[in-house]
Amino acid sequence: MSNDYSLKTMLARPERLAPGHRMCAGCGATIAVRAVLRALKPEDRAVIGNATGCLEVSSFMYPYTSWEDSYIHNAFENAGATLSGVETAYKVLKRKHRLGEEDRFKFITFGGDGGTYDIGFQSLSGAMERGHDMLYVCYDNGAYMNTGIQRSSATPMFADTTTTPAGKNSAGKVQYRKDLTAIIAEHYVPYAAQTTLTRDFRDLHRKAEKGIYTEGPSFLNVMTPCPRGWRYPTEDVMEICRLAVETCYWPLFEVDHGVWKLSYEPKHKLPIEDFLRPQGRFRHLFKPENERLIQVFQDEVDKRWEDLQYRCARC
Amino acid sequence: MSNLEIIRSREIKERMSGNEAVSYAIRQVEPDVMPAFPITPSTEIPQMVSAYIANGQMDTDFIPVESEHSAMSAAIGSEAAGARTMTATSSAGLALMWEELLLAASNRLPIVLTLVNRTLSGPININCDHSDGMGARDTGWIQIYAEDNQEVYDNYIQAYPIAEDPCVRLPVMICQDGFITSHAVQNICLLEDESVKKFAGTYEPEEFMLNPGKPVSVGPYSISNYEMEAKKNQETAMENARGVILKVAEKFEQMSGRKYGFFEEYRTEDADYIMLIMGSAAGTAKEAVDELREEGWKAGVLKIRVFRPFPEKEIADALRNCRAVAIMDRCESYNGNSGPLGSEVTAGLYRNRVFIEAVNYIYGLGGRDFTTDHVKEVFAELRAAAEEGVPVQQHKYVNLRG
Repeated sequence: MSNDYSLKTMLARPERLAPGHRMCAGCGATIAVRAVLRALKPEDRAVIGNATGCLEVSSFMYPYTSWEDSYIHNAFENAGATLSGVETAYKVLKRKHRLGEEDRFKFITFGGDGGTYDIGFQSLSGAMERGHDMLYVCYDNGAYMNTGIQRSSATPMFADTTTTPAGKNSAGKVQYRKDLTAIIAEHYVPYAAQTTLTRDFRDLHRKAEKGIYTEGPSFLNVMTPCPRGWRYPTEDVMEICRLAVETCYWPLFEVDHGVWKLSYEPKHKLPIEDFLRPQGRFRHLFKPENERLIQVFQDEVDKRWEDLQYRCARC
Repeated sequence: MSNLEIIRSREIKERMSGNEAVSYAIRQVEPDVMPAFPITPSTEIPQMVSAYIANGQMDTDFIPVESEHSAMSAAIGSEAAGARTMTATSSAGLALMWEELLLAASNRLPIVLTLVNRTLSGPININCDHSDGMGARDTGWIQIYAEDNQEVYDNYIQAYPIAEDPCVRLPVMICQDGFITSHAVQNICLLEDESVKKFAGTYEPEEFMLNPGKPVSVGPYSISNYEMEAKKNQETAMENARGVILKVAEKFEQMSGRKYGFFEEYRTEDADYIMLIMGSAAGTAKEAVDELREEGWKAGVLKIRVFRPFPEKEIADALRNCRAVAIMDRCESYNGNSGPLGSEVTAGLYRNRVFIEAVNYIYGLGGRDFTTDHVKEVFAELRAAAEEGVPVQQHKYVNLRG
């Protein structure tokens, strides 16, 4: 990416996700999708894949589509496999001269954490392992939001979801979350990265661009808050993302051809409480009898942050 | 389909198994993409295609996917992108694809799948019956069954012109019996590469995702205002397939000299008793009928080739003048009454006002032997019912251990 990145310039690029879709106001996923698509060079064509989820049912409701590029939704658990078929078709049609030299297509697929961490995990792993030239973007909003906020393996510990409700005998989800970015990095793909919505979207833009234009399979995990499921005021989306990064709940890093690198290191790591407090899904943690749980959460964040720092330092 | 170029082919005599025959046809048609995952007894097909590719004998990309679900998912992506695509599977592989079979059909993608029929678990068993194909009978795929290696070879070559016809645009399943057909080596007449290539033509979709400057969105969310019309259109396409299947068969005859229809009638013209059967066991039934004819029986065989679309009226008409029919199912459907062919044929007879004795039998599950003696037992029961009024037992299992 050129050093002269400016959000203003980027926003002047033609939108590739047309308005009129039915995503919620302030939805983090929609913001992330638009930011990823801005990283496509305007002259490049693309085929966009999409696992079943909020994004799909809201952006391609027959007979309307918001997608300016070719787009395919197949099912919930197979976005990786579906795009691997599209990408293979592209290679064959190129080789057989049924597409011209100038017809350049890039391949990007979007899936929520349900379609990526859980039901689509095998399909994603297969597509990454086989080396298809594509970027898989997970918009991780930490639960199955489309079906009504059920827990996923990306849901943070103690979150109150509709299948891990907080109650008299429950403090929310029991398990901590799966570290999918690390798992995909361990596939030794050329590029895997983790990001979220930051002030000028520079980090997301740079990583999306790298993912799209690095040859071979790339994976980008974008934390995208869901105001409905996380229960914070819609307009606070950027603040929630900032707190996730500053508390090291959601560190920004990349693994570029095996080299682990932190993209950002908070000067003063904030306590995890700061990330938890504004969100209704963690409200029960602030009852006097649950205060020790915040320390349990903090310990897990610290441990994982240290692991990540170690991995990066080793490189 | 109308622009099929027909070149009368020279006959090439060979000996091959069913898997070899269909792989040979795949090489000749040379689809663009083949995602596949191995499963007995169809494993040889992806192996043989991979070998053809490795040896530079065909220009196809093989995707070694991590499951059959991903095989059909990748096939959908590839076909929608604009590439002619196929896959092969059996049994549990087809069952794992089930959700995607529906999507291939509803997205109107003319993918071809060669199915080597094997029973569905459980208990797990690798041998032939039709429970895999029958399990997918309502997924919207055209299904064509073969008696032997020659037929599976010929059926595969006809698959793309049927699937890709603009008034059809449906996926096609080319079925052969596991091990019995897939692995047994028989004589075969192959066609010349050039004739087959011309016959299969090239895939020219109206809309596809890699069409530069003409983007298309595939796989919409549809509300109730549109869902029903989409499904009706799909059903209409299946009805349209009837005519197209026969026209393609006619053109195929011009190329090969071999004649195909919805089904084959073997010595049925004056038959009082007919066995309706599908797949390799039709060969056994024909052999038994020859022997019965020598003893003076008026027996015949109706061998189903096209199961979807189901040629109900034609079957009813073919059975109209016989006294009794044995409907043979190599599959149980657990409805407490009959196998799938039993249900559909009986319904067809009634709807077409053909009121003959129709007896449903279950045979050959999980590779259980089905011999000429079993065929003769069935004919004896038909005759006893029709001539002596002996009550028939419906839904009877043939060669079941006591």
